[in-house]
Amino acid sequence: MIDRRALLRLAAGAGTASLVAACGWDGGNAVRPLLLDVSRFNDWVGEKILFSRSRLAPQYDIAQRTTDVPSYFISPMMPMLPNPSAWRLQVGGLVREPQSLSIEQLQAMLRTTYTVKHHCVEGWSAIVTWHGVPVSAVAERCGMLPQARYVRFDSFDSGYSNGWDLASAMHPQTILAYGMNDNPLPPTHGAPLRLYSPTKLGYKMTKYLVSLTFTAERPGGYWEDQGYPWFAGV
Amino acid sequence: MAAPLVPQPTSPPSVPPVKRHHWIVRLTHWLTFLLLIGMIASGLQIYTAYARFGERGGPYYSPNPFQDHGFPEWSRLGGWLAGALNWHFTLMWPLTLGGLLYLSYLAASGEWRSLLFRPRDIRGAIEMQKYYLRLRKDHPPQGKHNPLQKLAYSFIIFMGVLSVITGFAIYKPTQLSWLTALFGGFQAARYWHFWAVWIFTGFLVVHVLLVFIVDPASLRAMISGWYRGRFPSHD
Repeated sequence: MIDRRALLRLAAGAGTASLVAACGWDGGNAVRPLLLDVSRFNDWVGEKILFSRSRLAPQYDIAQRTTDVPSYFISPMMPMLPNPSAWRLQVGGLVREPQSLSIEQLQAMLRTTYTVKHHCVEGWSAIVTWHGVPVSAVAERCGMLPQARYVRFDSFDSGYSNGWDLASAMHPQTILAYGMNDNPLPPTHGAPLRLYSPTKLGYKMTKYLVSLTFTAERPGGYWEDQGYPWFAGV
Repeated sequence: MAAPLVPQPTSPPSVPPVKRHHWIVRLTHWLTFLLLIGMIASGLQIYTAYARFGERGGPYYSPNPFQDHGFPEWSRLGGWLAGALNWHFTLMWPLTLGGLLYLSYLAASGEWRSLLFRPRDIRGAIEMQKYYLRLRKDHPPQGKHNPLQKLAYSFIIFMGVLSVITGFAIYKPTQLSWLTALFGGFQAARYWHFWAVWIFTGFLVVHVLLVFIVDPASLRAMISGWYRGRFPSHD
């Protein structure tokens, strides 16, 4: 027969063991799916309730720029084009006229410049000036079809990609950036072209762009498929 | 056969138990306790990804004894940044909803009157402090809570509200940029959000110590709702 004291000791032991096992725990097979379901709910709250199509991110003075902005890519070496002059941005999917745009053609389109705060999911932030063409101007140029609900951005950085909701992609501050801090976009930050927007976390802004595809189905993404929030609006 | 009655010199004879805590209070108390542990543990994992406060390149907010320090694995929840974020952004809902339920109960029941520290409690708080410092022999008369308890509980509820609000300021610094600016910007909001952790931790230690040293019966009251201890007086 188990006496009460032994039972208590057993319960205390089990409690401590489960607590220790819980540390560093991502939820396992039992809880992780639930956490991801709530993350999808949070995506919905972020997109449908908190996000505004017209609200602009605060802008900063160029004197406030951060001098040392870290650069991130997933390839073992910095991704570089073998032949930069042959690079084109492929615009396709649910559009009337697919496009193949050179950097000069993009630079000839509507130009947007702003100095904004960059928010990284890790918790750091940095103030940077970006120059580029709004994604909405590209959507207009290619004749985006009404069935389009998402945009997929692909890169030449080991297959890094991101999926965006259409509303965030069409936000006036969501741009394809070819310039940074009054200079051409450097290879450390995604040359020749990267996605930028102060409405999302850094990992949503695809660097080393090769294509932009309008879709009806929600595209995944490099970090998003590993469990990072998909909407990632700030 | 009933056990012979033994006189209890420490407690007054035959004090009837008093109903102390409504089930909403007990539920939200223990719910908040568990959720807060999960929020803090996942928060420490999130902090590890960038263990400082301030724009990239500095200057960094100080004091921060934890600058560039990670936390031991047993104190972290989530395994990695994404796992910790998903825990944090899941637990925030029951924590916030539980907090709102508790505040609604306080407002609707009128209980807030016995809990909220107001200017007229200052005098009583001083008397109570004198008693604790043994400058006064008798325990000052009190209602459900003494004025120092009121001060502590009012403060910790305020901290709870502040944690949720600074949390939103960090979560949506562009959409809620006015809120983020109110706290001095994104990095400052992170800083205050982080300090709340240490205030909660300090409160927890003192709170538990006082329960066991001063009034152990209050622990049972927070579970069953009924109080059978030394301070049965009521407002």
